[in-house]
Amino acid sequence: MYNLKEVVNKPNRLTSGHRMCAGCGAPVTINGVLRALKEEDNAVISVATGCLEVSTCTFPYTSWKNCSFIHTAFECASATLSGVETTYNKLKKDGKISDDKVTKFIGFGGDGGTLDIGLQSLSGAMERGHDITYICYDNGAYMNTGTQRSSSTPHFADTTTTPSGKVSNGKAQQRKDLTEIMVKHNLPYVAQSALIGNLKDLYEKSEKAIYTKGPTYMSVLSPCPRGWGYPSEDLQTISKLAVDTCFWPLYEVCDGKYKITYRPAKKLPVEEFLKLQKRFKHMFKAGNEWMIEEIQKEVDKKWEYLQMMEKITNEEN
Amino acid sequence: MKKEYSLGGTILKDGNSENFKTGDWKNKYPYHDKEKCKNCMMCVPFCPESCIRHEDSKLLGMDLDFCKGCGVCSKVCPFHAIEMKSDINK
Repeated sequence: MYNLKEVVNKPNRLTSGHRMCAGCGAPVTINGVLRALKEEDNAVISVATGCLEVSTCTFPYTSWKNCSFIHTAFECASATLSGVETTYNKLKKDGKISDDKVTKFIGFGGDGGTLDIGLQSLSGAMERGHDITYICYDNGAYMNTGTQRSSSTPHFADTTTTPSGKVSNGKAQQRKDLTEIMVKHNLPYVAQSALIGNLKDLYEKSEKAIYTKGPTYMSVLSPCPRGWGYPSEDLQTISKLAVDTCFWPLYEVCDGKYKITYRPAKKLPVEEFLKLQKRFKHMFKAGNEWMIEEIQKEVDKKWEYLQMMEKITNEEN
Repeated sequence: MKKEYSLGGTILKDGNSENFKTGDWKNKYPYHDKEKCKNCMMCVPFCPESCIRHEDSKLLGMDLDFCKGCGVCSKVCPFHAIEMKSDINK
């Protein structure tokens, strides 16, 4: 059973003194995930280039504690991790390292390093079936370099490369759904989580992802106050709205079986989530109502798809 | 003064960013009201800086050496026991 008062006693593996922006969702996500790791277990962590990587290991400082950390390039976090895992198994087999301790292999990447640049290495590592866990902290743009669009940027969002104005309405394309792509890799465990409530959802899913044998993937919505344009203190509020509007549904897929882990008591209209953010400001101007309607349609379609998949995959034949 | 580097530029001490204080980033200070606080620990995992100190299920307060003043803790607290103030003395 999850007990917040107990789990916060575990020492954090991402410690203070990093240079992430004030109010960033990523360190909350990372510590939330790593808290699910048993205290006595080792961890090898590989991070793709991104905000997290450049601001947690700025030479000669590192914020990573009690774990092995590998600084790797944008496209190869999962390739590096799969190599380390294979080497570890070989050394263990040859008796060169003792096997009295459990070592887990965890990769972290932003949406740029996961959905765009790191996709080929991630797909490869997942297909080869290494015993690794990959976690994408999804903030929906290249925030590290100043909010350029990524394939995870939501439809109509204003970024520096898809500015909204007279000519353009923000990003013209829909979001790529990597969680579904990962499900189609036939992984034993795939999940989508967010920073809501007392982080029970994140903890439980991380525990399953880390301790399930084989490749596992998890996507966590990590709000970015700078890129999204909302007051930095609203981290929890905005995550809750994303989940309650079904913009970011929480679900998990164990061996192909879908399970929606959170059903909002009252599904809110999507503008409740959009109106807090500066990147969607242009959608609330007169004459732009069709944009909100379109996003609502996309959200409803995805929500219906998930409910249908849950029903189909859990039917007993 | 001679600078000393490790072989290959590896960092030899884990978690040494604790020597790098980020507290001067903030323009708002969290004020922790111990009387309102019910020690529910809700703010602890939500602090991006991991700088809310606690011991034996008791909240001790925020480490202002690292706090960047984002205000997430004040919003997360169900008992409104954390208030963001613009002056540390008030």
